[in-house]
Amino acid sequence: MKEKKSILSFGGDKKQRGRFLSFAIVIIAYIAVEILMKTGSLNSLFTSLLVPITCYVVAAIGLNLNVGVSGELNLGQAGFMSVGAFCGVCVSGMLAASIPAGIPRLIIAIICGAILAGLFGFVIGIPVLTLQGDYLAIVTLAFGQIIKSIFMNAYIGMDSEGLHVSFVQSNFKLQPGGKMLLNGPMGATGTQKIANFTVGAVLIIIALLIVYNLMFSRSGRAIMAARDNRIAAESVGIPISKTKMLAFVTSAALAGAAGALYGLNYSTLVPNKFDFNTSILILVYVVLGGLGNMTGTIISTVILILLPELLRSLQDYRMLIYAVVLIVIMLVTNNEWLMTKWKSLFAGKAKGGASNG
Amino acid sequence: MAEKMAENGKTPILDVQELGIDFGGLTAVNDLNLQVFDGEIAGLIGPNGAGKTTVFNLLTKVYKPTRGKIFFDGKDTAGKSVVDINKAGIARTFQNIRLFGNLSVLDNVKTGFHNVTPYSPITAILRLPKFFASEREIDEKARDLLKIMELDGYADYLASNLPYGAQRRLEIARALATNPKLLLLDEPAAGMNPQETEELMDMIRFVRDHFGIAILLIEHDMKLVMGICERITVLNYGMMLAQGTPEEIQSNPEVIKAYLGD
Repeated sequence: MKEKKSILSFGGDKKQRGRFLSFAIVIIAYIAVEILMKTGSLNSLFTSLLVPITCYVVAAIGLNLNVGVSGELNLGQAGFMSVGAFCGVCVSGMLAASIPAGIPRLIIAIICGAILAGLFGFVIGIPVLTLQGDYLAIVTLAFGQIIKSIFMNAYIGMDSEGLHVSFVQSNFKLQPGGKMLLNGPMGATGTQKIANFTVGAVLIIIALLIVYNLMFSRSGRAIMAARDNRIAAESVGIPISKTKMLAFVTSAALAGAAGALYGLNYSTLVPNKFDFNTSILILVYVVLGGLGNMTGTIISTVILILLPELLRSLQDYRMLIYAVVLIVIMLVTNNEWLMTKWKSLFAGKAKGGASNG
Repeated sequence: MAEKMAENGKTPILDVQELGIDFGGLTAVNDLNLQVFDGEIAGLIGPNGAGKTTVFNLLTKVYKPTRGKIFFDGKDTAGKSVVDINKAGIARTFQNIRLFGNLSVLDNVKTGFHNVTPYSPITAILRLPKFFASEREIDEKARDLLKIMELDGYADYLASNLPYGAQRRLEIARALATNPKLLLLDEPAAGMNPQETEELMDMIRFVRDHFGIAILLIEHDMKLVMGICERITVLNYGMMLAQGTPEEIQSNPEVIKAYLGD
């Protein structure tokens, strides 16, 4: 019994509590939303936001592994999402005839999106992660722009002869009955919408499991050691580039999975959707939620996506209020006095809850 | 060298031959010959700026030597990386403490087991049985090391919140976790009071006897050096000034001149 406890609590009891809290939040939120949808008390605007929220939460959890846990700035998370999105859309389009059922096709699309985005991350990481410093930020920034341009000029289609890929529109001809998967700047059109909220919620749980299981393991300790002190980490035999690569590729793959789900939630998806602003937005979710804090990331992502919608009635003042709220949250979370008050309140409540239960 | 081998009756675990490094036009270390034998506590002393820490950085491949060779465990270490050298069996501590400040004391020690008890990230993500077996082993060994370094009360503290002396001991525990054959200690007693230093001396002796490893240490505290080192090398301006037992070093006129001036 004692032995078992020491294993369960390795990483500290506090972290353990944080881990359960994030799973609990996702599950409770999912059940609450499902009940609200069944009773019809959710308007169409919120219903339409459910899947995008789950996508951004997954991408943000991935980014937090890269930025918060591994300590490397990544300004191209939207780029990895777009790789996953267009890969997912193409895979789903190609398999539409052979796998008519939506959910299995969605799962295959998500897995393909994750693998392709992870591969892109790996290729980018090879030259960059052997260097010290902020090179990853610069390279991922460039990657986001380049990948957008590539998708803006990519024409992919499928017909009886197989898959056609071209970067020149005039060269692109499909046999009659062929299907356009990606149409340059128009993006993916006529996509069958097979994404749903349940898959999104499950994807969040899987993302959390992957990130937490990685964090609280040999690999996670190595990732955090390489972040805290590079020279000392090397001196205990931790290979820095390999370790940072693991965090970066996992982060990219999660963004790819999120992108695939996102892409299959809309009938039309343009490459411009995943621009630099989107990357920064995901970074804002992560920074606001707290570096290395997955629960915070989930909460901040949900709030920051819903906030502009909730403020719609304020019309022109909408973005002003949004900015003010951002600043206030940052000031509050960085105020030690307020945070200790908040924590003591929370600890008291938790204890009360435990004695009641 | 042959004489020394005969004298000690064993081969050196570390054998440094005519080692030298230049930084631009500055020669930091030159023509250094140094041996450390199995199970020995050896000392490396010298005035400030003599190049002692540079020697450690050369031994652990932080710097690549300009001249000379380093043999460890009978093998030439040329071309090895910092990570390789740790895998080969050299662990070190740092003069300016380098802990993983945002990790707990226990986790700091656990990082040391990275190559000792390895398992793949997939094993970790899927929480396969090997993960639990390995983590249980790492946890036990790490707690044992904390006990040896008298840090067991601090296990869940953040490393950056430890008192200074405890941080130095934690560095030793982390280095020991990598299962070294040779431990390099860079000023382990710096910033410690006389009583702490006394305890540290006992710990170093215990570590040597318990793990059966060789220890090479840099130290300015002469009480510690003379108290536990069996052989001492004196460095001055990057050159070897003298080598011998504590008694020989203490009575060596060259050494006295280097430390006290003419």
